[in-house]
Amino acid sequence: MNTVKASKVTPLRASIGWLCLLGIFVLPAFSVSSQYILYLASLTCIYTLTAAGLNLILGYAGQISLAQAAFMGIGAYTVALLSTKLSFWVALPLGGGIAFVLGLVLGFPSLKVKHHYLAMITLGFNIIVYLILMNEQEITGGSYGVFNIPRPKAGPIDFTSNESYHILIALVTCFIMLLTYWTLNSQWGRAFKGIRENELRAEMLGVSLRNYKLLAFAIGSAFAGIAGGLLAPLLGYIDPTIFNLGFSFQFLLMVIVGGSGRFEGPFIGAIIITIFPEIFRVAERLYFVIFALAAMLILIFMPKGAVTLWDWLFQTITGREAPKLTK
Amino acid sequence: MILQLFIKGLSLGAVYALIAIGFSLLWQTSRTINFAQGEFVTLPAFLMVLLALVFKIPFALALILTIIISGLLLGYLMNRVLDRPLIEKGVLPLVVATIALGFMIRDSLIISWTPEALYFPSLVPKKPLHLGDATFSAVDLWNIFVATLIISGLHLFVKRTKTGKALQAVSQNRDVANILGINASKMILLAFLINAVIAGFSSILIAPIYMVKYDMGVELGLKAFYAAIIGGFNQTRGALLGGLLVGLIETFTAAYISTHYKGAFVLIVLMVVIVFKPEGLLGEKELYEYR
Repeated sequence: MNTVKASKVTPLRASIGWLCLLGIFVLPAFSVSSQYILYLASLTCIYTLTAAGLNLILGYAGQISLAQAAFMGIGAYTVALLSTKLSFWVALPLGGGIAFVLGLVLGFPSLKVKHHYLAMITLGFNIIVYLILMNEQEITGGSYGVFNIPRPKAGPIDFTSNESYHILIALVTCFIMLLTYWTLNSQWGRAFKGIRENELRAEMLGVSLRNYKLLAFAIGSAFAGIAGGLLAPLLGYIDPTIFNLGFSFQFLLMVIVGGSGRFEGPFIGAIIITIFPEIFRVAERLYFVIFALAAMLILIFMPKGAVTLWDWLFQTITGREAPKLTK
Repeated sequence: MILQLFIKGLSLGAVYALIAIGFSLLWQTSRTINFAQGEFVTLPAFLMVLLALVFKIPFALALILTIIISGLLLGYLMNRVLDRPLIEKGVLPLVVATIALGFMIRDSLIISWTPEALYFPSLVPKKPLHLGDATFSAVDLWNIFVATLIISGLHLFVKRTKTGKALQAVSQNRDVANILGINASKMILLAFLINAVIAGFSSILIAPIYMVKYDMGVELGLKAFYAAIIGGFNQTRGALLGGLLVGLIETFTAAYISTHYKGAFVLIVLMVVIVFKPEGLLGEKELYEYR
């Protein structure tokens, strides 16, 4: 049996990797002629961000959340309602901030309960947010939604065109992913992982369960808030039905199918979920059935997620084991 | 007015309880949180419409066929294809797989048949009945009656027969049951079959009220989930109490407080229960935890 060498992550390699990733994210703005494909690329970035947030909650801290769509909704409505009054640059962080605070509150039950109970609480939160968005018409516009959400400008730079707005989304996504990468490789990340593997042991080693669990929840939710804030100007129009429960399920699917607890997982999951239906568009309405079937097959045959495929690909091409991006 | 609402709520609650019982049975035996539970009701409802209204098969025969087919598809096949390979991999992959299954059933129905709502006839006349100043429909009484029948039948089966006791043993502790010579995977299959059959029956009760539509199961599945948690996940009588409570809370809050937010009140009750008594109103703390 021949052992496979592991690739080490050196600072130089990491930087090159990040530059490549940024390139991949930004590239569609320059190379793609079809506006529709560019739109899909923008969506992939936004989904990656939301799924990365969920991965933090689920893959690293071992909690479950079915409220990502609600937090996206909170971010999206903050931007939609405030970017004309204040500014996009204030509204976007504000949306993330509100999601952070609400995520902190929603994280409290996670200190007491696990599994299906937590799934239920977060699911309930999603439904309540949806109902509020739907019924408080004076503020949110109810089922009509909010129209004409402007895209931002920063002094002389104008992000109104699809290409430039995509670059903005890609930059924000990359920046936040970089922050996450840094966090996960710091002692915080190791604490998160310790909690996921064995709560009791982690606590005995001096990790404050309460603080870390709440923090994971809050940060993961804030990611979704920011992603939502980016989504609103991309679409130009939002209504409550976008942020329904099915959307939250989709993010759970993304993280698990992509590979939870792996840094690459959400990215792969987001690509699969956005691109896959487009490949099977020829199958028209059947594509979602095929997609659901594929998700189940991936779960059965690749329990660690589609990231297994990436590992395999990396190993066959370079002859080395794929680098472990987070410790 | 109160009596009228009470009967209405009880009748809805009885159906929720039926669905919730199968749901908690799956959790107890196999640690499957079935997010496709609602679709387990939708599919038999469509089958009934297909057999009884399109092919014009006599109602009783159509019912038997429906129960057999849904038992095979949603009980046997789901157990073999989805549950077996995933059961040892923890709770989450199964959750995601059932979510995907739910999506698949819904979309298959839209493609192969229709996104429209289909009419489904009621077994009993929809004639209004009067009791004092309360007006209610015979359908409500019928639902309560059938649900009681099925639930007591299941209760007797679980408590009185040898197989039922083996089922209980598996739900209390799968590994120890295995050691004691109970074929756990057979019992899990049985739980899946029971769930599919009960869901099939409840679809016939709920279809005349909800209309048969591809997404009719979404809300039903959620309410069964609420009911199971409020009552207690590891007790069959918990699912019963939970189901009735969900039905009553929903009916009364919709009548007296707000129809827009009727979904929210049940959720608030649910969250309070989870935070203060996570094992549910009638549930017992689980000593044995699966990873």
